[in-house]
Amino acid sequence: MTLIAFLLLFAAAILGYVLNRSAARSLRAGGAQLHSLSTFHGGFAALLVLVPTFLFIILWLLFHASVLDRLTMGGLPAGTLDGLDSGATQLILAEIKSIAGGRIFGSPEPWKIEAAERLAGYRAMSANLMLGLTALLALGLLVIARRTVSPEFRARQRAEGIIKGLMIFCSSVAIFTTIGIIASLVFETVRFFQMVPWHEFLFGTTWEPQMPIRADQIAAEGAFGWLPVFLGTLVITVVALFFAVPIGLLSAIYLNEFASPRFRKFAKPVLEVLAGVPTVVYGFFAVLTIAPALRTFGEMTGLPIAPNTAMAAGLVMGVMLIPFISSFADDALSAVPRALRDGALALGATRAETVLNVLFPAAIPGIVGGVLLAVSRAIGETMIVVMAAGLMAKMTINPLDSVTTVTVQIVTLLIGDTSFDSPKTLAAFALGFMLFIVTLGINVLALRIVHKYREIYD
Amino acid sequence: MNDMRIVERTVDSHQTKITARGVQVYYGEKHALKDVDVDILDKTVTAFIGPSGCGKSTFLRCLNRMNDTVAIARVQGDIRLDGDDIYDKRVDPVQLRAKVGMVFQKPNPFPKSIYDNVAYGPRIHGLTANKAELDAIVETSLRKAALWNEVKDRLAESGTGLSGGQQQRLCIARAIATSPEVLLMDEPCSALDPIATAQVEELIDELRSQFSVVIVTHSMQQAARVSQRTAFFHLGNLVEYGETGQIFTNPKDPRTESYITGRIG
Repeated sequence: MTLIAFLLLFAAAILGYVLNRSAARSLRAGGAQLHSLSTFHGGFAALLVLVPTFLFIILWLLFHASVLDRLTMGGLPAGTLDGLDSGATQLILAEIKSIAGGRIFGSPEPWKIEAAERLAGYRAMSANLMLGLTALLALGLLVIARRTVSPEFRARQRAEGIIKGLMIFCSSVAIFTTIGIIASLVFETVRFFQMVPWHEFLFGTTWEPQMPIRADQIAAEGAFGWLPVFLGTLVITVVALFFAVPIGLLSAIYLNEFASPRFRKFAKPVLEVLAGVPTVVYGFFAVLTIAPALRTFGEMTGLPIAPNTAMAAGLVMGVMLIPFISSFADDALSAVPRALRDGALALGATRAETVLNVLFPAAIPGIVGGVLLAVSRAIGETMIVVMAAGLMAKMTINPLDSVTTVTVQIVTLLIGDTSFDSPKTLAAFALGFMLFIVTLGINVLALRIVHKYREIYD
Repeated sequence: MNDMRIVERTVDSHQTKITARGVQVYYGEKHALKDVDVDILDKTVTAFIGPSGCGKSTFLRCLNRMNDTVAIARVQGDIRLDGDDIYDKRVDPVQLRAKVGMVFQKPNPFPKSIYDNVAYGPRIHGLTANKAELDAIVETSLRKAALWNEVKDRLAESGTGLSGGQQQRLCIARAIATSPEVLLMDEPCSALDPIATAQVEELIDELRSQFSVVIVTHSMQQAARVSQRTAFFHLGNLVEYGETGQIFTNPKDPRTESYITGRIG
């Protein structure tokens, strides 16, 4: 039924386009000076039909189910739902729905079967009603659109106005989603800080969130100092950057300045494949290859190496960041005008001198921006560390020790037995909020640097 | 063409600086320069004129091997600087370019300070022993480029902050700071306004006392004003080469005459 409604809608829009365009054309053929081209009259009609009718169908689809549910439940014999809480009512509704869908378990009471029949009836009626109303609305809009065709009518401005409105809507979707996400984070974080004082969270050096959430559980009283967790994130990020920045930069410089076109043609796609590997696969790589290798190395040399080292997670995260940094650096180097390169070469600079003294300084803002974006990715990266890093929060900066990260803690806090009124669970939101603040700050900084750099060369 | 002052046509030197024989350049399949023979004299301004795409810039870029940086370019033939083949395998293009400087069409100062821009060449070639010598080179170069008085109080400011004409004179100062023997200029005034153009032209005339200058230009008036010798290129061929006065007043080839009277190009 929905499909038919949409087909109807598109047919009406096309019809509106054709009708209005031909009406405008015949006006023009009659010698009238039209303000807008006939295609704009057609386009205006199509948009006038399309947008409101489409909205109508979407709204109908969103809300018809709850209206039908309410009708069904309201029609139950008086007194059936007395004394039942909302959970039990939902259960009854679900049973009625599954009977209406033809899936009958056991032998339901006759009033349920009766309600299911009524629900099926409502559904059929609702579908027909939607189709009828859609057709009526589209037809009405067609008539309105057709009557607008006149020499003075500014169809182009109207059509452009509608399209502009659509674009504003699309761009505001992203903005409102962001605001919604922030609001939900802030809301839960505030609840957390009502239970745990903010200074304890921000400056505390112990992270032991395991606390009893039911009376029969035995656990320590929780401690919620985020510093050791954030320190773990920092250690892993630093390891990753120490690995990724030199390799990414040097490979970008080599590919951009020294490599033969043939090698470049082969190497660039390979780097891009690296960027397309799912992080969970990197996680496997860290757990199954790098961590055992480090452990063996530790046994051979007698170094104390923990099973889940920050090193293993950091190195693999570094591998993940290489294509990111190298493609940013590559773009920044390519954006340096050819004239500068020629200028340096013509002065008798070698290729290396050209890169080092001229190209690199000119590209550095773009490169720094890319590295900062990589930092914020490393801080927010979840899958690799969930698989490869530890769970115990320790105040350590030794990369050979086991550390945990903010993202790992969020995942652990929300897995398993949770209830959303305990500080244990709410701490996840506080951590998420801090993560958000940190990465937001870094991203803003990075974008500002990249932006400043654009101003110089345009 | 009333402003073509045919004055100061005296060529100070008849010593040949660069000899080119049978130079061919290919860009991929395209034969961009066909069998060019030119002798460029020392302490002389030589102008290359011709319509767009005639090969004059291509030939200029052969003289300091800048065509090496273009992957698809191939250069054949014999080009000698003071008798030495510059395309010989033993010649390092880096050292050649220190002797044959170049100024480009668009001013391309490095995103560094004015001082560092000029000091760049002497630094990478290790021409100076100490800071005082470097300071002296920077000052003389900027003075020669007629820029010193305008920038002497802000040598630490970025070279990209100067006006277009100042930037181009900075690039000239940068090129002459390595004391090259030949200065190649690829349409050095095409991005400049008339006042800056006049300044650069005056400068070119002064530079003639020390270097051999080769200038590519689209403006025939400019060629007539600044050069002593002129070469006319057309469709990859060197059509005519001789004293500037003779080329502009009494061209031997009908194509040259058509071009300078504005019929082709």
